[in-house]
Amino acid sequence: MSENTEIDKNKEKPAQTHKIGIYLWIWGLLFVLSFFSYMVDWYQFQGILRWSLILFFMFLKAGLIMAFFMHLFWERYTLVNVLLWPMTAIACFVGLMVAEAKYTFFSRLIYFVLGG
Amino acid sequence: MSDSSLENLPKGWKSVPSDLGSDQTAFKGVQWGKAMMWIFLLSDTFIFSCFLISYMKGRASTVVDWPNTSHVFSLDFMGVPVPLLLIAIMTFVLITSSGTMALAVKYGYEKNRKMCGHLILATAIGGLIFVGMQAFEWSKLIHEGVRPWSNPFGAGQFGSYFFMITGFHGTHVSIGVIFLFIFARKVYRGDFDTGRRGFFTTMKSDYVSIEILGLYWHFVDLVWVFIFAFFYLW
Repeated sequence: MSENTEIDKNKEKPAQTHKIGIYLWIWGLLFVLSFFSYMVDWYQFQGILRWSLILFFMFLKAGLIMAFFMHLFWERYTLVNVLLWPMTAIACFVGLMVAEAKYTFFSRLIYFVLGG
Repeated sequence: MSDSSLENLPKGWKSVPSDLGSDQTAFKGVQWGKAMMWIFLLSDTFIFSCFLISYMKGRASTVVDWPNTSHVFSLDFMGVPVPLLLIAIMTFVLITSSGTMALAVKYGYEKNRKMCGHLILATAIGGLIFVGMQAFEWSKLIHEGVRPWSNPFGAGQFGSYFFMITGFHGTHVSIGVIFLFIFARKVYRGDFDTGRRGFFTTMKSDYVSIEILGLYWHFVDLVWVFIFAFFYLW
């Protein structure tokens, strides 16, 4: 009896599988996007253009991996929400540390470079 | 979710309050091991975020010029220095292994034992090649005099962030490779078809384990996407 319930618990999973085409498409896209982000360095784009292109390709690749390779696209919204909302905390942390880095940088300029 | 018990539940945004308030499992249709892997990956995300944020803070606050990564990581190919060549190859190897893993999960659920095993083995070999190239890159930089406290190319913090971040990621890849080999053996032996009990557990094996392993492996690839963007390209 206990063995039956154990099997039933393990059966609690998406029984559906997805067509091979979707994986191959995402795979190909990841290759192309990686190639493009390498080209950003190859052609030595600088400044805002470089940073925005790097971020654009990075988030696109991360999104594709999470949505399709990690199946989040097919999961119920509860799991997706539990996983994605904590990322806002990371974004806040990034914002805090950008401000902190600027403060440290200018302190160092004033005391190390200009000599107080 | 073609599970018949899930068909009748609310879909879309309405599913969030109803799933969370259902007085039972909140993650409907998600096997407990898979939910736990996701929670672990979430905590791992925070660890890697802390490393990358501290790197950002260190790099943004130094008054010394940061080393030019496309020169530091260039590799001579037929006498011509190609910027970031090894890193680009490593990226493609890791994406390749991520693709084979995704297909292994698919074939696992289709109970195609042979294909699933071959693909997991291919994934493990891809991971092994990645770790090998990383070891090569580390030894090359150490020979060139990069240390955690100083380096000949620029700001002294560069080395400590480089070794810490890529080292932690490489550790994840290595652990993943070990598990991939273990699971390749389990798949070939047919553990997931016969429901043979595992070494550490009395639970019956199930192909959902391949998806859980896949989640970990895709996460390792995901982290590399961010390291590639922020550490090597920025």
